[in-house]
Amino acid sequence: MTGFRPTILAFCCNWCSYAGADLAGVNRLQMPTNVNVVRVMCSASVKPEYVIKALSQGIDGVLVLGCHIGDCHYMTGNHRTARRIPLTAKVLETVGIDSRRVKLDWVSAAEGDKFQQVITDFVEEVEGLGPNPSKEVRF
Amino acid sequence: MTSRIGVFICHCGHNIASTVDVEDVVEYAKGLPSVVYAGHNLYSCSQEGLSAIKESIKKNELNRVVVAACTPRTHEPLFRRACEQAGINKYLFEFVNIREHCSWIHTKEKEEATKKAKKLVAMGVAKAALLEPQEEGESGVVPKAVVIGAGLSGLSAAAALLNQGIETYIVEKEASVGGILRDIAVIGPDDADAQELLGSLTKIIEESPKANLHLSSRVTKLKGFVGNFELTIEGGGKEETVQAGAVIVATGGVEHRPEGEYGFGKLKGVITQLELERLLGSGEVGARRVVMINCVGSRQPGREYCSRVCCNASLKNAVRILNINPDAAITIIHRDIMSCGTAAEELYREASDRGVRFVRYGLDQRPEVSAEGEQLVVEVFDETLDEKIELESDLVVLATPIVSPEDSSETGTLLKVPRDKYGFFLEAHVKLRPIEFATDGVFVCGSARWPVSARECIWQGQAAAAKASIPISEGKVVIEAITAEVNSEKCVACGNCALACPYEAIEIVDTESGRAARVNEAQCKGCGTCVAACHNDAIQQKGFSSRQLGAMIDALIRATAEVAR
Repeated sequence: MTGFRPTILAFCCNWCSYAGADLAGVNRLQMPTNVNVVRVMCSASVKPEYVIKALSQGIDGVLVLGCHIGDCHYMTGNHRTARRIPLTAKVLETVGIDSRRVKLDWVSAAEGDKFQQVITDFVEEVEGLGPNPSKEVRF
Repeated sequence: MTSRIGVFICHCGHNIASTVDVEDVVEYAKGLPSVVYAGHNLYSCSQEGLSAIKESIKKNELNRVVVAACTPRTHEPLFRRACEQAGINKYLFEFVNIREHCSWIHTKEKEEATKKAKKLVAMGVAKAALLEPQEEGESGVVPKAVVIGAGLSGLSAAAALLNQGIETYIVEKEASVGGILRDIAVIGPDDADAQELLGSLTKIIEESPKANLHLSSRVTKLKGFVGNFELTIEGGGKEETVQAGAVIVATGGVEHRPEGEYGFGKLKGVITQLELERLLGSGEVGARRVVMINCVGSRQPGREYCSRVCCNASLKNAVRILNINPDAAITIIHRDIMSCGTAAEELYREASDRGVRFVRYGLDQRPEVSAEGEQLVVEVFDETLDEKIELESDLVVLATPIVSPEDSSETGTLLKVPRDKYGFFLEAHVKLRPIEFATDGVFVCGSARWPVSARECIWQGQAAAAKASIPISEGKVVIEAITAEVNSEKCVACGNCALACPYEAIEIVDTESGRAARVNEAQCKGCGTCVAACHNDAIQQKGFSSRQLGAMIDALIRATAEVAR
């Protein structure tokens, strides 16, 4: 064990994944403490700039969670998320940030257990990647 | 205005305080930028807790409030109201969730949970400092409604609207009203006259000067938002554009036709339950031996749901055949009898008492129907007897489920409302908003949502009408101030936002600073999709601006370093 505890930022949409996170809480599903949730109305409102900013300034991993495709409260918002976030990850890869530090997934309001799983798996994955190298080049 | 932030950390009894060191978080919050007061409450949402917040706002001249407690999804309106009562614009309130997202999911890691709570509070405070007061918009409401579908639920909805004096457009794709009800003589379980009911509803519509009935017509276009929809109705080679404040979807369901199953379509004398209804209505049932097979095409892989109305239809029609011919031999082959409710259960008992035979079958051993000359033979494995039995029959009646009409996908796309995997429409919330779609101003009733009985069609139709009449009678709708706004100085009128908007709420217009995007506030639903589509950071969502979210990211980085010390 390196003792490395990654800091992770999660964008959750108000209607599905934030509610799914709430449900995980209601059901007392235990998970790592590393993930800090920011509520947005729709996953499609997450600007690539937020992901880039977070990772270039030393956040170890960024999660974007939305409604399942077809379930978006705003009908087609998450269709954009589905293209935008993987593209952002690809762009980050070109400047030397491991694209595995960005993860997009879908969690419905009924999937407290999936939220727990996604969080647990992502924390484990980022722990495996080690600290974000950008941490050392703060500007 | 310099930010003066007050932070209130909630114990939520033991819910938060048994995991998170609340006092420690309060001490930490006191040192955060712009925080002039930090305190804690046993229950922030109690009368006492809310009073403490309101007093503190006055005493400490707070102009921003952060509450770290449970989830904004349930409690935000409460705290926003408290802020308003203390004279602060309710959009200057920020909620931090340290219960569902912290104490409850880290019960065994007190130290780490406390650190996390500090980070979350730091992020909330950073956002709060940049919050701006907002004004909620209002928009007018066209005092008219549209009901799509004129089956029993649609007619019930339309009649209820018309009775309130609301001008109503009724759009029916078929040449006459009534839907499935047209084929039904009596409605179970108390044998109400279906045609009399249909007649009385039709009369209301025919006699009302405010009813606009469009038969053989369809809604082909829908634009707008609650209070101000614009629909195009096409029918008879004509096209009409109408305005409405609310839309009710009552497109119903259709009978599943089990082509090829149990000899349906091939063997004479194999009919569906709805066909039997028609025969009974015209008094043409002479059959002495009748076998009914339930759950044909439902409660099986691919169509798992129970259609709910078919068991009762079988029971009702079995008794009706017995009323015509008391010597008739009737067997109902079923998978389970779903006769919920007092009256239906009584009907089940009556059928049983009067000699209707009930045979239970399983999915792995389905009945088989064959013909021997004029006579039909049904072979079935009786689970109770544990052996195969043969039933000779003059008539085999298949109870098939109500399924979603094929064109429901078009309706769904047109109205931008979701459907489940069977094609039925999905309401906003099963319990809390059962008659509404998540799209404001659009309502659903009857079998468009799920197979329902005649009684349920009526009450859901009336419920939808009552809901639809709320914005119409209020005369205005409030728009939550989380809409997008354009900085026309920065905007280069590329149109990406307009393309991204799922609600067609953005258009490119001429402004003082040249061509730029403009958001139609009343049409904007506050999803923020346009914000992420903008390459120039020229469009912002109120309450979720890029500065605010950026500040949260900075705060997380800073707080992580601070709590690690």
